[in-house]
Amino acid sequence: MIRVNNLIKDYGQRRALCGLTFHAQQGEVVGFLGPNGAGKTTTMRILTGYMPPTEGEAIVAGYDVVSESLEVRKRVGYLPETVPLYNDMVVFDYLKFMADLRHLPDAEERVEEALELVGMIERANGYIGNLSKGMRQRVGLAQALLHRPEVLILDEPTIGLDPNQVVEIRNLIRELGKERTVLLSTHILSEAQQICDRVIIINKGQIIAEDTPENLQARLLGAKRVMIQVRGEADDVLPQIQAIPGVRQAVVNLDGTIEFEFLPTQDVRPRVARAIIEAGHELLEMRTISMSLEEIFLELTKDNAGLPM
Amino acid sequence: MRNIWTIAKREYNHFFISPIAYLVAFAILLVLGIIFALVIYSSSQNVFFGSVPDIRPITGSFAFLLVLSTPALTMRLLADENRMGTMELLLTAPVRDIELIVGKWLGSFLFMLTIIAITLVYPIVLNALVRPGIDQGLMITAYLGLILVAASFLSIGVGISALFSNQVAAFFATLAVLITLWWLVGFPANYVQTGADIFRYLDLQTHFYDSLSVGKINLTDLVYFFSLIALGLFVGTLSIDIRRWR
Repeated sequence: MIRVNNLIKDYGQRRALCGLTFHAQQGEVVGFLGPNGAGKTTTMRILTGYMPPTEGEAIVAGYDVVSESLEVRKRVGYLPETVPLYNDMVVFDYLKFMADLRHLPDAEERVEEALELVGMIERANGYIGNLSKGMRQRVGLAQALLHRPEVLILDEPTIGLDPNQVVEIRNLIRELGKERTVLLSTHILSEAQQICDRVIIINKGQIIAEDTPENLQARLLGAKRVMIQVRGEADDVLPQIQAIPGVRQAVVNLDGTIEFEFLPTQDVRPRVARAIIEAGHELLEMRTISMSLEEIFLELTKDNAGLPM
Repeated sequence: MRNIWTIAKREYNHFFISPIAYLVAFAILLVLGIIFALVIYSSSQNVFFGSVPDIRPITGSFAFLLVLSTPALTMRLLADENRMGTMELLLTAPVRDIELIVGKWLGSFLFMLTIIAITLVYPIVLNALVRPGIDQGLMITAYLGLILVAASFLSIGVGISALFSNQVAAFFATLAVLITLWWLVGFPANYVQTGADIFRYLDLQTHFYDSLSVGKINLTDLVYFFSLIALGLFVGTLSIDIRRWR
């Protein structure tokens, strides 16, 4: 459980966090989304007891991060953004060291369990310095899981992983999120959509949007976007599509596909398909495009505008 | 307490894969070996050190070597954690700042004790060579003195290492402080009217060469060394705290 109330952090003259307020329940995966320098890492460092906030309070797993820092740190698993590891240590020894610092009674079994979870058990006896970026990331994650923490705070957990590993780690996080509180940061929107129950969009130290991914998308996307591909010249088909009422902003892309938008209240897709066939063209593909969230996210974080509510 | 031991154990083991630690141990043992050979040779020829071989040239030179070698052992301890970002790992683990600092210091101290233990071979050999054997009381206090000097130097080194994220900077800053304690701070005692006692008290050499090294155990000397140890560990803990709040 994480409860953050009006969190402020100043680095000298610069204000990195301007009064953040949010909460995360047990069994919830909350995504922190924002551009670089938005304050994601700063917030996470405060929540893990690495540094105190300038003002405001943060309760993690029922303890205050400033006055009961040690209790918080016992209950939190943290994967820092830079994945700091001791390069001259063997993977197993490193995790054993971290497990000993946490006074785990069955340290060696826990280390093996964590390595098993992240799929690194076969590299347990290798030097950390010889690991690839993705493997380091997974060792860092294993370190965060050692003590089966109530709260997991993961700063960009999938960065540097290859596509297969990304899927594995995302599934793992989803699985872990069932009984724990997981707060993760990312700047990949599709990732937030896939694994988070709730997304908090943060920019310049302020929360600019907070909702479930589905609701966010619905709120962000007034219209649905569709891509179609036809056999033959797209330019010949375009006028017929544009002629259909409800079709907006139909354009031909560089690759010869056609894109258009329609309002969710008025699904024009069957009419578009019929129009193309009736005009004697062949329809090869029609699908909705989901990446518009990305564009609107850019919009949101660019000029710091609020969401249409 | 357990955390201190966990951290100390890791640091101690780390010294054995560190080339610098081997270099320091090698240099100390080489220099002391040469001096030991000279002691044996010259006393057999009745030059330099008199006719009865004495342990003091060994312990005395060792204390001086500590000025140069302890900064090399401690420079990495926290500066490297700061540089590599692993400090974030340690500071978000359930470990108190003081436990971290004391653990680092203890690890380096145990390594230095290992080197000191190896040099015990010289008094043992010397004891076998001379009749009726060397002054064992003097040997014990001299070694106690060495251990105290090493402990205080390492503590200062750890404290200073915590201030930096660059090993070389930590090395030279520690060296500067140790040289000040060893040579410089005693100088004004000869020239100032008031406060001469303070400078004399701060001078580290007097607490070793004039007392423990010659077989005397004074409470003031013990207090002096323990104060230095406490000061170094305090500076280290404080600097971690400052880093947090920055």
